[in-house]
Parts: sequence; structure tokens; C-alpha cells
Amino acid sequence: MPDDRELLDTGASSQLLGDRFPGMAATDEAVMAISTEHLDGDDVLAARPLGFLFWFAVGWLSLVLLSAVLANVLPLQNPNFQNYSALNQAPSTAHWLGTDDLGRDLLARLVVGSRVSLIVGICGVAIGLVFGGTAGLVSGYKGGRLDVALNAVSFIILAFPAIVAVIAIVAFWGPTLLHITIILGVATIPLMFRVIRASSLSFAQRDFVVAAKTMGATDTRIVLREILPNVVPVTVTFSLITMAGLIVIEGTLAFLGLSVSLPTPSWGNLIFEGTSNGALSTNPYILLWPALSMFLLLWSINLIGDRLRQRFDIREGLL
Amino acid sequence: MGKYLLRRVLQLVVVAFVISVLTFLLVHLLPGDPTTVILGPNDTAANRAILLKQLGLNYPLWRQYLTWLGAVFQGNLGTSYLNHLPVTHILATGAPVDFELIVISQVIAFTVAIPLALATSRRPNKPLDNVATTGTFGLLALPPFVVAPILVAVFAVGLGWFPATGYTPFTQNPAQNIHQMILPSVAITAGSIAVYYRLLRSDLISTLQQDFITMARSKGLSSRRIMWRHAFRPSSFSLLAAAGINIGALIAGTFVVEVLFVLPGIGYALVQAVEQRDYLVVQGIALVVAIAYVLIQFLIDFLFTVVDPRVVRE
Amino acid sequence: MIGRRRGGRTLEFADVGSHDGPLLVVDDLHTAFRTPRGTVRAVDGVSFEVSEGRTLGIVGESGSGKTVLSRSIMGLLPPRDVLRSGTVHFGGHELSAMSETQLRTVWGAELSMIFQDPMTALNPVKRIGTQISESLLLHLDMDKKEARATAIELLRSVGIPSPEERVRWYPFQLSGGMRQRVMIAIALACAPRLVLADEPTTGLDVTVQSQILDLLAELQRERHMAVILVTHDLGVVATRADEIIVMYAGRIVERAPTRTLFRDTKMPYTRALMDSIPRLADPSGARLDAIAGRPPDLVHPPSGCRFAPRCPYARDKCREQDPPLRTVGSPDHVFACWYPLVDGASTAPPVPVTLAAGTAGAAPAAAHPAPGPEAAP
Repeated sequence: MPDDRELLDTGASSQLLGDRFPGMAATDEAVMAISTEHLDGDDVLAARPLGFLFWFAVGWLSLVLLSAVLANVLPLQNPNFQNYSALNQAPSTAHWLGTDDLGRDLLARLVVGSRVSLIVGICGVAIGLVFGGTAGLVSGYKGGRLDVALNAVSFIILAFPAIVAVIAIVAFWGPTLLHITIILGVATIPLMFRVIRASSLSFAQRDFVVAAKTMGATDTRIVLREILPNVVPVTVTFSLITMAGLIVIEGTLAFLGLSVSLPTPSWGNLIFEGTSNGALSTNPYILLWPALSMFLLLWSINLIGDRLRQRFDIREGLL
Repeated sequence: MGKYLLRRVLQLVVVAFVISVLTFLLVHLLPGDPTTVILGPNDTAANRAILLKQLGLNYPLWRQYLTWLGAVFQGNLGTSYLNHLPVTHILATGAPVDFELIVISQVIAFTVAIPLALATSRRPNKPLDNVATTGTFGLLALPPFVVAPILVAVFAVGLGWFPATGYTPFTQNPAQNIHQMILPSVAITAGSIAVYYRLLRSDLISTLQQDFITMARSKGLSSRRIMWRHAFRPSSFSLLAAAGINIGALIAGTFVVEVLFVLPGIGYALVQAVEQRDYLVVQGIALVVAIAYVLIQFLIDFLFTVVDPRVVRE
Repeated sequence: MIGRRRGGRTLEFADVGSHDGPLLVVDDLHTAFRTPRGTVRAVDGVSFEVSEGRTLGIVGESGSGKTVLSRSIMGLLPPRDVLRSGTVHFGGHELSAMSETQLRTVWGAELSMIFQDPMTALNPVKRIGTQISESLLLHLDMDKKEARATAIELLRSVGIPSPEERVRWYPFQLSGGMRQRVMIAIALACAPRLVLADEPTTGLDVTVQSQILDLLAELQRERHMAVILVTHDLGVVATRADEIIVMYAGRIVERAPTRTLFRDTKMPYTRALMDSIPRLADPSGARLDAIAGRPPDLVHPPSGCRFAPRCPYARDKCREQDPPLRTVGSPDHVFACWYPLVDGASTAPPVPVTLAAGTAGAAPAAAHPAPGPEAAP
């Protein structure tokens, strides 16, 4: 997941270059600054309405979510039913997206397959948030030895290449949806911890927290009432990015045959099916629908996360 | 300098140790047992007991770990149950394949991302910039397992310009090797291009607003010279950091393309080993790849101190 | 230190010496920025001249437009959303009409700039020697060895000890004063005819300030350079400029040879600037005479005299009509005021007393933003 750590590391490189406008006291410089600053784009973008693309992305995401949730109720065909008289058919009124080389309805397989990606993405992030997020929130605020220890542990865990760890664990534990969700969720914990801890830490040092303390607020209250609301924007953005990352990892695993196994569909193994047994030449639709859907899903999630980031933290995000 | 290196080496040792413990525990704490696989149809309690004793699996864990660690230090990572090749052999033959994939991929990524970022950072939010930003955003949505099949469909099956599978070592036939490696390398590059471009562009925009750029202009330097000699240098550091972070994703990507294009790399061996329950191979590969990954991170960190004169080496 | 110019790349400035008339002529220069808030008229009609070898001081508060002016003269403005009109002639050539490509042959070679903050104006990841030799290699026909030797000599001439060693240093290894010296070395490397020094000493210690200014003056003498010193500090230009321009809200409000300016100040604003300089002779604990109020909004400047809202002598005429730059007596001394000071006292007519003021006969001092300083040159 390359995107997430950019948020942390690139801040350092900008700091190394020193302050942007040291002579800001002078209006001359300020005038120059105003005219050059809005070239940065972010100020202007923040004021812009979210835009057509954003709502398209939201729309697609909602469509996928809804169809996954309502799959049992929707008038879909059986994704595993093999209709030998309708092999490799192009999209038609009977099969809206066509059929595969075993006569199975592609639309049904697509919709049912989406569940795997969504469950892993959403639940994985949820696990990371609940455990890593709360730990980070509290740890960033309180500091102390526990914080140092947790930080060191998360550093060590993050030093491990995630994909290798996941593959190895899945190898020994068995590739079921539950296992994979748990593994990926656990893998997200140190990430969430780091990011939310950093955010919590930066707020914990601000004046309004000190003020709350002097007014006699308890730690719990401060964490919940002062720090948490400020940490939410960064968390939301990062969660979305992480979700996209988890979906990619699961898809990769599925493609490699290490996730939920066939015949249960998941977008990853559907893509794999689309490439095996010469399917590419005989029936490109098997590949097309899941690949396109996966692309749109990832793109939507990234777009939404990016737009929200532009809205929330104009200077802090550097993506 | 010496102090810095010492600290780093110490950190490396600690992390490597932790990794070794974790990979060792994989085999022994998770459910599942190598014996069932090895024995196959001969799986009886008696046979199991004999096999366990043979494999040394009935000793206390800490003793097994030390034995294993000892073996590792002697270069013995175990042997594959299936083809009886030492794990080290599998790694040695697979590594060049992955190395080549990653090198080609990163060369492509930098060749595309750097000039593009240099060009768009001077005129942000103009047409070229908007197209580039949208385009690279799309690249983020094309992980290897999505884009590789599409590339094969279009360029290998459809147009027939490149082979869909197959591998000849570079030493044997360079031209054919490159020809075979192009599609897989491109397949893992999408994410890298996006990350490098966005990062560099953002950093450049920031740098270009600094006073020393105006100063450079006032000396009469040309735009191109300013971009390359003055702006790019400070901004390139973030690229280095990004490269380090990106390695993890690259490794994952190589696994995918190896399976799809049937390239005899480490990833392919790993996936095969998992499917066939060849546990020692899985364990050995996991250990080595993890340690290599950590080494690379440390190396990049070190490069930072060398390249950026302002970074203080504690 | 004057090398041969690279053939074909420079304009014919060789004949600057024989050019009739002043080195730099600025004529009705306007510079405005388009911003989300509106069009900021930072420089609003400025004209002046500088002759060879002379020093001009441009003084003004923050927001007076002085930095924009110096960048506008050079042509170093941001490429977008900038509106510029008027002309700038340098050595007989019209700088304001040149493209950036053409300007690049002038920048650094004939006309250079010293920036305010050397920490941000020097590239933090390049050695200072490289930053100096860059201009040498670009404008003069030197090879790398020559350039390096010249760079070392330049560092020596600006007073940096052990230049052979320091030439390989990075900016962050130097103190503020040293960095500013390096900046001067860079600016003077190709022996330009005119140097624009934009707040060259702001942010430096007072002792270092005067060292830097002395250094600049000495180098200027040696090379017969013209210098424009832009600063907010009248004290800086008091002893080092031949002529001083006072700017306010994007315009020149007074211009005179230095001595004349101090001896025969006409503009109340100039007077106020002078009075706001704390003097050693003042008893400690004496209040600083700051000028009350704030600079005007450059997007919607007030009608009439722009200083009127803060001027202790403002009358209705001042608020309604914008005073033009005019001269009385010597053509060297121009000012823009309806009621200039004469011998330190305002020539503004007394304000008719209104019954609502309360105490009859009392000057309605409350109507003015601040009590004006009494005449005492």
C-alpha cells in the first residue's frame, strides 16, 4: 500500500526546505504570496464544489455496496449454475453480461463476487480502526513509555513486507473469507495506529487541549471531546485509502489462488478465470466485467478519499 | 558516522531477529502440520510419531528454533518436499528474474514520472497538469492483477506484439529476454508512476515557490536549468523515500506477474509452494524476502544521509 | 573581474558607458496583481531615474510596494495574473518590453538583485561556491577552474575568512551575516552596472547590518556600480544614499537628495517616518512614536491622498483630491502633498472650530488620528 505513508513522510521533506515565506510580516511579500499561492491549486480546489466526478464515484460505490448487500433479494441468477447450452455467450437479454465457459451467468458472479472485496475492505478497516485507531488515539495523547513501546512494536511490524506475511499466514491457516479478513485487519492495525497516533499527538500539544486540562477535564473527556473530533477528517481519508489497499491485496491473493477458492466467485479469481484456459481469445467478457468493475471501484474510493482530503486539510495532505 | 552505522546495524539485527522468530512460529503455532502433507495416504498415528521425530519436530520449541537458526546461519534453509531442491537454490535462481522485473519497472516509472512532474509543476492546474493528474489517478486504480490480464489480452493475444508467457535468461538471449519481460514489467509499473509523479509534482510546486528559485532566475539562469539543477535536487529526496515505501507493493506485483506470465521467480515458487503445502519453502522464502525488504529500507535510509547534506547523522 | 562576454548572447551593453543620460529610467510604472480578493495595485505610477555609480534609497513601510517595485523593475514577477504598464529603460534599452529570454542575458550580468533573506534565497542543497560560479560560467567566458578561483576571490572580497575552504560549504553552515555576504558576492560576481538590494540587512544584528552596508558601499565605489537600496529603515539610507524616494501605498510621495530630505522634509509622512526612529538620546522609557493606523487597502485605495486617514494634518481637500507630485523651487525635490511642511511646520490651514467640539476655541485634536509631532529637526 504505497499511498498511506506518503502522508507521514513527505511532510518531513517540506519541512527540510524551511519556511515558505519568512518575511510574511511585510505586506509586499504577502501580496506576492497571494498571487503565487493560489497557483498551488489546493486553495481554489477546496472552494470548488465536489464536482460531477465525485458524485459519479459515490454513485458507483453505492451501487456496488447495495447490490452486494441485496444480492439475495435481487432477481439474479444462480452464480454457480452451469448452463451447458449457453456457454460463452455475449451479453444478451437473458444474460445481461453474458456467460462464462461453464455457462454461468457473469452478472450474478460479478455481484456475488463483490461481496468478498467489500467485506474484506470494510471489515479489515474496521478491525484496524477499532484496535489500532483507539490505541493510536490514546497513545498519541498520553505519551509515556507505553507509547514508546507501542510505537517501536508498530515500527517493527510495519518493517515486514505485508504481502509476504499474509501469503505465509494464509498458507498455513487456510484461505477462508474469515481468516483473510482477520489477517488483513490485523495487518491494518499498526498502520492505523501510526497515522492516528501522529494526528492525535499533533492535536494533543495544541492550546485548546491545555485549556481543557486547566479547566479540570478528565483525560477521557479530553480524548473524546477535544481530540477525537479533530482526528476524524484524517482518519476518514486514510481509512478510504486503506480500504482501497486492502481490496487490492485481497484481489492479488485471489488472483494467485490464495483467497476464497473457486468456484466461489470473488473479483480477483474471476479476473484469473478470465485469463486461464485461453479465455482471453474465446470470451474476453469473462475478464472484462470484473476488471472494469475493480478499476471503477478502486478509482471511486481513491477519488472520494482525495476530494475529502482536499476539503479537510488543505496544507497537510500532499497527494 | 560510525555511531550512526552502529545504531542502524543494531536495529537491523533486532528486526531480523524478530522476523526470524515470526516466520519460525508460522510453521509451529498455526494449525496444520507438515506431516499430514508429507505422509499423504500413509497418515497414521504411528507414522506421524516417527516422522515427527525424524523432522525433529518433537523437541521443545525453543530448541527447534535454535536448531533451525543454526541451520540458517550455515546457509541451510531446508529442502523442498516436492522437488528436493534446497530452498537456497530456489531463491538463487528466482532472484535474478525479480530483480530484472523491478529494475525495468522502476526505470520506466522514473522515465515517465520525472519529466512529467517537471513539466506540470511549472504550470499547475493548466490543461497538461489536469490531464496528467487525472491520468495518474487512474493508474492508482490499476493494480497488477487488473492491468496485467488486460495487457495480455490486448498486446499478447489481441495484437500479438509480445509473448504471453515464457522466460529465457538474459545471459542466454538478451533480446528475447527483454521482449518477454516488457509486458510483465509494465504491468507492475502503474502504481509506481502514480506515486512518484504525484509526490514529485507536489514537492516541486512547493520548492518552486521558495526564494532561492527567484534568486536563481535573477541570475539569468534558464528555466530548464533552474528546474533540473535547482528545483529537482531538493525535491528528489522525497522520491527516494517513496521508492523505499513502494518496494512492498512492487514485491506483491511481481508475484502476480510471475504467475500470469509463468516467470520462474521467487513469487512463482512461493505460490506453488503454498498450493502444494511445501511448508519449508514457504517459510524460507518468507524469511529471506522479509529480511531483504528490511535491508532495502535501511539502505535507502542510509542513502538519504549521503545525498542530502542537511540530514544530520546522529 | 570583468571577463569577456559570451558572444551573441548579450545585448550590446558595452556601450552603456557612452550612453547619454541616466542608467536607469523608470517611467510611470504600474504593477498590479489579480487575486481572489480583487486587483491589488501594488505599484501605482512610479517614475524616477538613477545615474551610474549613484545610490538611490527607496523607503517605505510594509505594503508600500517597494519590494514589488524592485522586482517589477527587473521583471522578476510571477508569470501569471500580473498586470504591468509603464516603461523601464536600462542603459538605453527598454527592459520592460523584453521577453524573459532576452532578460536572462541582462539578469546577473548587468543587473542583479540582493534578496532579503539569505537563508531562503540560497539553495540549501548546493555549495556556496557552486552558486557563485553559476553566474560566472553563464555570463562570462570562463572555464570551471577560472570560475572557481574567481569565486574564491569574490568570497574574500566580501570579507569571508578562509574562502578556499568555505567555498565548499553549504548555506546552513554559515551565520546570517555570512550568508548575506555570500549573497552580495553572487550578486556582484559578474560586475553588474546596477544592483537592487532588497532589504539587505533586515533580520541581521545591528552591528552586522552596518558591516554589510559598509561592504556594499565599498564594493560599489570600487566598481562604479549604481545601487538601489530598498528598505523600511530610514536610518539605513540616511548616510548611504545620494537620493531618497519615499513610497506610500504604491506611489512616490517624496523624492529628494538625502540631505535635502532630512533638512527640508515636505511630506508629513516622511516626517513621521523620521520621528518613529528611536534615538539614543531619548530617555529610556520614552514611548515610540509609531504612526497610527495601517497602510491602505491596495485593492480599493481611498480617494484623495492615500495618507490622509493617518495624517495629523489632513484637511478636507486632502481627503477629496489626490495631490500630484510637484516641486517648489529646486527640481530635485518633489513631493505629493497639498500642505507640505515648511521648516518643520505644517502649512495646513487651521480647521474651523465647530460648536459641537465642546470647549470653545480648543483645537479639535480628537478629530485627527494622532497628535502630530512638533517641529524639531
